[in-house]
Amino acid sequence: MNKKQIEELQIRAKRIRRELTEMLYNAGSGHWGGSLGMADIFAVLFFGGVLKYNPKKPDWVERDRFILSNGHIAPVYYTVLEQAGFFGDKKAQLRRTGSPLQGHPSHIHIEAVETSTGPLGQGVGVAVGKALALKLKKIDSRVFCICSDAEHEEGSTWEAIASAGKFKLDNLIFILDRNHLQISGTTDEVANLGNIANRYRDLGWEVFEVNGHDTAKILRAFSAIKSKNGKPKLIIAKTVMGKGVKFIENDYHYHGRAPNEEEYNKAMELLK
Amino acid sequence: MNYNLNPNLFSVNVEKRSCRQGFGDEIVELAKNSKKVVVLDADLMESLRLGEFKKKYPNRFFEMGVAEANMISAAAGLALEGFVPFTSSFAVFTPNQAVAQIRVSVAYNKANVKIVGSHAGIATGPDGATHQALEDIAIMRAIPGITVLAPCDYWQTRKAIRSAFKINGPVYIRFGRNEIPSVTTEKTPFRAGEAQILRDGFDGFILAHGESVYRSMVAAEVLKRDKKMDFGVINIPTIKPLDETNLLKYAKKTRAFVVVEDHQVTGGLCGAVSEFLSENYPIPIQFVAIRDKFGESGSSEKLIKKYHIDIEDIVDGCLKVKERKRMFVYNK
Repeated sequence: MNKKQIEELQIRAKRIRRELTEMLYNAGSGHWGGSLGMADIFAVLFFGGVLKYNPKKPDWVERDRFILSNGHIAPVYYTVLEQAGFFGDKKAQLRRTGSPLQGHPSHIHIEAVETSTGPLGQGVGVAVGKALALKLKKIDSRVFCICSDAEHEEGSTWEAIASAGKFKLDNLIFILDRNHLQISGTTDEVANLGNIANRYRDLGWEVFEVNGHDTAKILRAFSAIKSKNGKPKLIIAKTVMGKGVKFIENDYHYHGRAPNEEEYNKAMELLK
Repeated sequence: MNYNLNPNLFSVNVEKRSCRQGFGDEIVELAKNSKKVVVLDADLMESLRLGEFKKKYPNRFFEMGVAEANMISAAAGLALEGFVPFTSSFAVFTPNQAVAQIRVSVAYNKANVKIVGSHAGIATGPDGATHQALEDIAIMRAIPGITVLAPCDYWQTRKAIRSAFKINGPVYIRFGRNEIPSVTTEKTPFRAGEAQILRDGFDGFILAHGESVYRSMVAAEVLKRDKKMDFGVINIPTIKPLDETNLLKYAKKTRAFVVVEDHQVTGGLCGAVSEFLSENYPIPIQFVAIRDKFGESGSSEKLIKKYHIDIEDIVDGCLKVKERKRMFVYNK
């Protein structure tokens, strides 16, 4: 890791934010806030040498498996897939009839999408299945799964976490998008998540926390999780919903909506 | 067609075996021949007769605990990586406890998962309404792309499991808990998607799946003996996709069907047959199935009688449909 790489990743993250904002503006609907919040993490994962992938061969056996369990932040995922070359020269419109860029990531539309997600608490379980499969096949790749904090209100999410601990899936990494917000308000108002880190630790996981917007620290966190110690890994990424677009930061009303023209213009100014 | 049915079918000493034993026996055979076969269980290993599999293939047996939703999602993950996972639970838990996972992680993904639901129907008995799956077929039929199999006995369950393995896509296999008469034998042919005309008829046909096939065979025999009526019996072990060709053929032949199942009328075989024929060849159809009720505790025999899916109810249904057929005006 050097200064130049960090700077490049920061520039990359800004470009991701710009392009996803444009994508959402053109679509007229979609999840803007959470997408912006995860741009730095996505930049490091896909362009910081963390994930093993081959855009020309999405089904490459040795690839790392990546699952976006909170599928509603698809715009950041699609933007990154496009920038990484998974779509070739093809331009597709988000949320249009016939487009592969469905409102939520769809495995049957995009090969690189390991599993279709949207309903919370499912991608995490599929990630467990894939991690089990890699162990059975003796493939040394890893499974990375991004999930949201509100997703931990789903019982099935805890079923997945418990089983990963039971099966000692040290090839499984969850990245928790901890922005404390969900569609109806804060995670504390809406539900009761307790101490997430401790709950994971109790179930056999190794837990790391990181500022989800500090590129250097994110890079460091990912290089710290390589040990094969029989424990699945959780990175709690502390993020700000709407990060980079000041006037929507930490405002849960922007969980599930796209920018209008005025917001779009203002946002693009900020993301220059 | 010669189905090589059990020659002792109407004997008091008829062979009785359970479908779940058929699953437990066949899955071991499948695993012997293919390393892709894995089993996920939700704490019902003994009930689903998986002891032998676990002993022989411990690395391919995943005990997921009482967590059906995660069992299904994890199975989808394994399937997307090229394995052929069989999930094992009661029909009242899978689908019901994991419908969302079955819908998206399995069906929408077209993941090659085989979902085995045992202890289906009111015949499950003493455990009561909570444990008697009466809507599982309706749920699974309504989700695109899932093959729904409901074998009628031990031997057919083995073949259904084998067929499910060969199908590339999600399959639901439902059967009951009890030791039931073997209608078929080891030699009886089986092909997913094919209805089996076990007995020909001229007055009408009784359509059934699962344990109801045996009672239908007996009812047809009773009708012949006591009423001099010729009702045929069609076993429909594949509820989705329906064998439309044969349904149409035999609907045209006799213009009277009785559909029998240990399941709600809504959305089961009754629903499936009605949907198809109402659009293609409407004929009188009589239902011998559960009519929008929950079950209760009791012996299988008593419940089958009380909820009107017994042999005499099938006979009664045949008499009714024959009368309706007489009154039915065809627009030729």
